[in-house]
This record gives sequence, structure tokens and C-alpha cells, in this order.
Amino acid sequence: MWNKACETMDRQLLASLQGERLAKLVEALYRYVPFYRKKMDIAGVSPKDVRCIEDISKLPFTSKDEMREVYPWGLLAVKKEDIVEVHTSSGTTGKPVVDAYTEADIKLWGEVMARTLAMGETKKDDIVHNAYGYGLFTGGLGVHYGCHTLGATVIPMSGGNTKRQLMMLKDFQATVLTCTPSYSLLLAETGLEEGLDFKSLPLRVGFFGAEPWGEEMRKEIEEKLGLKAIDIYGLTEIIGPGVASECLTQQGLHIFEDLFYPEIIDPATGKVLPPGEKGELVLTTLTKEGTPVLRYRTRDITYFLNDSCSCGRSLRRMHRLLGRTDDMLIIRGVNVFPSQIEEVLLKVEGVEPHYQILVDRQGQLDSIEVQVEMNDRLFSDEIKNLSKLEKEIEAELYSTLNIHSTVKLVEPKSIPRSEGKAKRVIDRRTIS
Amino acid sequence: MDIKQIAVFLENKKGRLAEVARVLAKAGVNIRALSLADTADFGILRIIVNDPETALEALRAAEFVAQATEVLAIEVADKPGGLSRILDIFAKAGINIEYMYAFVEKRIDNAIVIFKVDDEVAAAKILKEEGIGLITSDILKSL
Repeated sequence: MWNKACETMDRQLLASLQGERLAKLVEALYRYVPFYRKKMDIAGVSPKDVRCIEDISKLPFTSKDEMREVYPWGLLAVKKEDIVEVHTSSGTTGKPVVDAYTEADIKLWGEVMARTLAMGETKKDDIVHNAYGYGLFTGGLGVHYGCHTLGATVIPMSGGNTKRQLMMLKDFQATVLTCTPSYSLLLAETGLEEGLDFKSLPLRVGFFGAEPWGEEMRKEIEEKLGLKAIDIYGLTEIIGPGVASECLTQQGLHIFEDLFYPEIIDPATGKVLPPGEKGELVLTTLTKEGTPVLRYRTRDITYFLNDSCSCGRSLRRMHRLLGRTDDMLIIRGVNVFPSQIEEVLLKVEGVEPHYQILVDRQGQLDSIEVQVEMNDRLFSDEIKNLSKLEKEIEAELYSTLNIHSTVKLVEPKSIPRSEGKAKRVIDRRTIS
Repeated sequence: MDIKQIAVFLENKKGRLAEVARVLAKAGVNIRALSLADTADFGILRIIVNDPETALEALRAAEFVAQATEVLAIEVADKPGGLSRILDIFAKAGINIEYMYAFVEKRIDNAIVIFKVDDEVAAAKILKEEGIGLITSDILKSL
């Protein structure tokens, strides 16, 4: 554990620390950032209304769109001369969001990334092959600073030039790999073509994030690369990677709550949900100086895991991301995420990740049909076995989603495959 | 003593059965008997063919889900009471029939009934005791 005092802190102590930090943050935001002062004035809250962490629910949310409107410097809470580094989000859907770091922020980033790397027992004598992109993207430098803080050796590969990556992996015998999950598979596959079996490398653990991935992919990565695959979470709007990470138990991601305060809200109403209910993750940076963020709506869907973790950390865990609020389906008033359906399907022995969700409306009633492709492992020559399989999946889906769905077995390859993102959901409902 | 039946998964939509027939024809496989069990959404086509291996290979190559299953083939006298006798034997021995279908082979006088039972070993034993012969795949091929 990198920072035992913070990572195993008593929950009550933690809450009072969070409250203190929040009060200080709100003070500073109100005083120095017109963007937040205006938002708080409109919401009718002033800094003196915020005394403990629970008071956070009085404060307004911040959305990505709002942050873009004040590009490039509108979120700054310190003098421009105190900024030592700038990163931005990719800006693929509009103007980018700016994250400006003071010296202390860079230190903070190194700290949370050292904690992340230490989640997988990365130590001083480890060699970290860092294939996250270096540049405005936060992945590369985030890991880089974490390695420096930790004292591990970082090989700053950045992305691309796969053959060179393979050579470096082999020559320097890296023990830790950091990159996007899909790139790790490309590395392994290219390795096989070039005669390099990843299982012969001393790689022990990999930290993967920056794109959605699930348990199926984790299995594949662990099998093909011969390492333990750790899911990490972060976003440029908050700091970059280093917001949360799985420990070696791989049962949910510990959030560095002493620094980033997490809430789960109902994306439709904005109401804070009780722990354990799934909804949208909202994050507040408690100690960041350059561009602190108040109640940022991540659009990522998850829920808090309430039981304690065997690793000894008291930091609250969230489930791996279940999807984006943009993908959410509302069926008969219930929020349903395609990723939940996928999770259920993959639990059923023999089901392959080829499925499609059809949403329809008959009269006033929404219906949901889940099409599952038949394969050799599921097939039987007896109708009753196949009907039983359908019923079994339906029951599993009901226990997870709390709504009834119909499962339909379809022939293999009848669900269209597309490059990259598969089209999982067909919503035929017309709202009249 | 068992013979191989090929079971194929079919979605209930136009042209799927025709596609199976086309694939088998192209592979030079002759269908001796067939039965189709279906629900509202899907069906299971069960066929007895002259060359199960080739059939299976051709169907899989055409991306059908198909599997070979062992079934019992019994020669039944092609006259009133022929089937009844077999069913009585199974009933008395407590053997359940999962499904069955029959066909008449022109080169012999008897009908051939295909049985899928819950306990094949017990079924084969009791049939032997009753002096009822099973048709083997070799016999079937020679017909």
C-alpha cells in the first residue's frame, strides 16, 4: 500500500476530513472562479452553507458542456503563472475541457498514480512499460508521474510502433504494463505473429483503462498476456488516471475519496442515491488547486459496493463501469444498461458475447427481447433443454434488472457484427 | 448399437429448412428420415442420413449449429400393434421417451422407429431380453 494512513483511514475521520476540505474548496471557488460563483448564486448557496461533507448536496452540479463554454482558462482558481502544466480532453465532440495543474497538483497526480500502481504491488524495483499516449492526453504522463513518485523505472513508450514496443518489452524485461485494454491485446497478437509469446515475459500485472472493457476482455487479456489485469479509472476533467483503481482482489475500484469525493445520483432527477443503488457517478476534487471541479457529472454509470475489501483499504469501492448515461434505456420506468444484460449473459455457461437487445412498445407497455446466439455448447437435440435455457436466462435477467424480458435463441452469426462497437440495442419504440 | 442422428438448430424464419436441404444436397448426403420439433421461436431439425460425418461437417461449414446424437433405431413390424409392443416394453421398464419418429424403409417390410430415451443402456438391455434387434449404423447404411 502506498499511503496506508490515507487508504485505511477510519471512515468517520475521513468524513470530517472531506467536510473540511470541501468547505475550503467552496470558499476558494466562490472567491476566485466567477464560473462557480455564478452557479452558486443561481443555486442560492453561499460558502457558509457548506460545513460538512453532507452539505455537498446543496451545491450545483457541473457538466462537461458548461466547462467547455469557458475554454480555455475559465476554470482557473489560481494565478495563471502558478500553472506548470496543461492537459485537455480529446475534444472529439466539441471544444476540449482544460485541466491546468499547479506544482502541487502534479504532485497530487503522482501520489494518486503511485497509489494506483501500488494497488498491483508495483515497487521500486519494477520496470513499467508505459504505452499510454504521451501528450495532451493524460494517460501517459499520469502513469509517468506515478512511477517517479513510486521510484519504479518507467519506460515512456507512448502509443504506436507496436514492433518497437515488443522489442523493448523483451529487451528490458518489463514487469508492469500500462496501456488501454485493447492495445494490450494488439500487443499480444502482434507478439504471436512475431514469435514473441507474452507468457515468456516477466510481466506480472497490467493497469488498463481509458476505454470501456468487461470481464470477458479481462479473461482474454490475462490469458494471452499472462498477467493480472487491473481496471483503473480516471478522467481528464478530474485529474486524469488516478481517481480509482482495483486492488489485486479485482472486486471493484477503490476511489481515492480523501481527494476525490464520489456521489451516485439518479441521472434523471439529480437526487443522491443511497449506497448500493446504481446511477451516475459525480466527482468533486477536494484538494486540487489549478482547476478544481465541483460535483462533476461523469455520465459514467456504477454503484458503490458496501462490503469491506479484504485488501484492508477502507476506501469505498465502486463497481466497474456499467455504461454511460447516454446508453441508458428506460424500460417500464426502470433504468436498464446494456452492460448489465451482458454481465448476466456471460454468467450463463456457454453463452457467447453475441447478443442484441430489442426494445419495443405494444400499446402502452414496453417490452424487451434479448436475442442470444445459439452455439455448439448451448445446443441440445431436445426442445425442453433449450426452453429451459431460455427460462434460465430470463430468470437471471429478472433478478438483475427487476423487469421481465423475453429471451430468444437465434442462429449463429444472425446478429450483425460491426467493426469496433457492436450495435447492441435496437429501440423500436416510437413515443407518441 | 446406437445410430447417429444429426440435430440442427433452426430459427423460425423463412427459408432455413430449405437451406439445410440445399447444404446436404450439395454435400451429396441423403436424408433417410427427419422430424422437426418447434416452438414459436425456434425449431430443432433431427435427421437420419446415410453419412452423418459429412452431413455434420457440411452443416457446420455453412454456420449451422448442428450436433450428432446417439439414438436407438428399432425395426417395428409394419402392422397393427407393432409400435404398441415396443412402447409397452419401455413403459413396463420405466424408460421415458424424449422423442421418437418413424419411417418406412422400402427395401424391408418393417418400419423403422427412431427413439431418444432417457436411459439408453437400460433400453438396449431390455430390448435385447425381449428379442428385439436394434438397427446398427452399418445395417442402416446397407439399406
